[in-house]
Amino acid sequence: MFRNQYDNDASTWSPQGRIFQIEYAIEAVKQGSAVVGLKSNTHAVLVARSPNELASYQKKIVKIDKHMGVAIAGLTSDARVLGNYLRSEAMRFRMVYDLQIPVGRAMEALGSKAQTNTQVYGGRPYGVGLLVIGKDSKGPHLFEFSPSGMTSEYFAFSIGSRSQTARTYLERNYAQFENMDLKTLIKEGLTALKDTLPQDKQLDAENTSIAFVGVDQDLTIVDGPEVAAYLETIDSTEMELE
Amino acid sequence: MSSSLLLSKKNSDVTENGTYKHTTSPIVTGTSVLALKYKDGVMMASDCLASYGSLARFRNVRRLQPIGTHTILGASGEISDFQFIQNQFEGLMLKEHVEDGQKLETSSIYRYLSNVMYGRRSKVDPLWNKYIVAGVEPSKNNNIFLGFVDLYGTTYQSSVMATGFGAHIALPIMRKYAEPRADSLTEEEASKILDDCMRVLYYRDARSFNKIQKAKVTAQGVEISEPYSLSTNWDFAESIIGYGS
Repeated sequence: MFRNQYDNDASTWSPQGRIFQIEYAIEAVKQGSAVVGLKSNTHAVLVARSPNELASYQKKIVKIDKHMGVAIAGLTSDARVLGNYLRSEAMRFRMVYDLQIPVGRAMEALGSKAQTNTQVYGGRPYGVGLLVIGKDSKGPHLFEFSPSGMTSEYFAFSIGSRSQTARTYLERNYAQFENMDLKTLIKEGLTALKDTLPQDKQLDAENTSIAFVGVDQDLTIVDGPEVAAYLETIDSTEMELE
Repeated sequence: MSSSLLLSKKNSDVTENGTYKHTTSPIVTGTSVLALKYKDGVMMASDCLASYGSLARFRNVRRLQPIGTHTILGASGEISDFQFIQNQFEGLMLKEHVEDGQKLETSSIYRYLSNVMYGRRSKVDPLWNKYIVAGVEPSKNNNIFLGFVDLYGTTYQSSVMATGFGAHIALPIMRKYAEPRADSLTEEEASKILDDCMRVLYYRDARSFNKIQKAKVTAQGVEISEPYSLSTNWDFAESIIGYGS
């Protein structure tokens, strides 16, 4: 009668040592459109493409604080909850310490919150993966958040549908990112993102979002017409961005 | 809840009629702390006395405490409440250091302390102190920081600062000789102004003591002197008539 005896709730193990509900939640992340994150010694960048062409495009990148932003792959409503949580943690840290929250601290808090859902009876894991960029006293950072509650730091990473192709590109090239300027770093991000697109789709100013933060630069989110200038850099590498 | 039930919980704060009595006056106290900004950083001074009322009870108490690498905390008022704060910061700084090496700088330490102080006053159970927080912030281009917080959570920042009787006796001296020249004052000049102020306080403040410490914070970090004594001259006492003599 039951296809799987061990996937009725998130706190039950299978005899093979798996927790199916968490794996299903990770599948939800893979159904969201891909987002790419990467960083240099001075900057961290997120690029994302929204798949929804009807009405206005769904936001893929949201601001958390002056120094921190996240890109979303998976259930948007769960992302909203996590985004609000991160914002309140960031504000709490500002209130207590008069300081922007260190990115690792924010991720630790987020991870603990999400992990609780996988251990307490009756809960469900969040069906969303996040790429988080930010800066603190230790420079720029890029983190991945997964529904299991795991948070890992990367030089470059991609999550979402067909993100493996982007990761392959990033794995081949990440060694050069270290000393890149912001412009080139964004170009690399867009190139990796382009690899994840379905055959008949392309990046354009309507569906692409870019966010970046630097050691001496607050988080900036670029979408709409201004994206076109950045997209030109991948259309023809010779063309210089002014 | 009946008062006897509350008493049976062995909470020493609970009185016979079931109400709480929190601190309404300090018991073992430290007197003035002085601090001023100078060219390369900030300097602070206090004596080593913890009074029990008017009795000079403990004469080797250090009231200047380093917090982290570039901050010092100077305490006046209830010494046991200061020891509580010292414990809090020991735990906090260890946690900050061990977890991810994100160091807390002076302004963060100041904000945290003022939150603790205001939090306790809001429970109507204040920590009976006046604190001076001083430091240099390497990540903010070596910004020199000097801030005050008291038992009500009142805060202010200034280039010269004094708690207790020093706010009456030493502050006008520091305002005259240190404040207008905070940017150009040398370490020797700053040191002399503080010594002179501490000497005047020793003459005037009956809860003071001629065993003092000075501390400075520069971009290089914290330095706190060992206790030392100032030269004094009591010749004028001969000419004082009255007061039972």
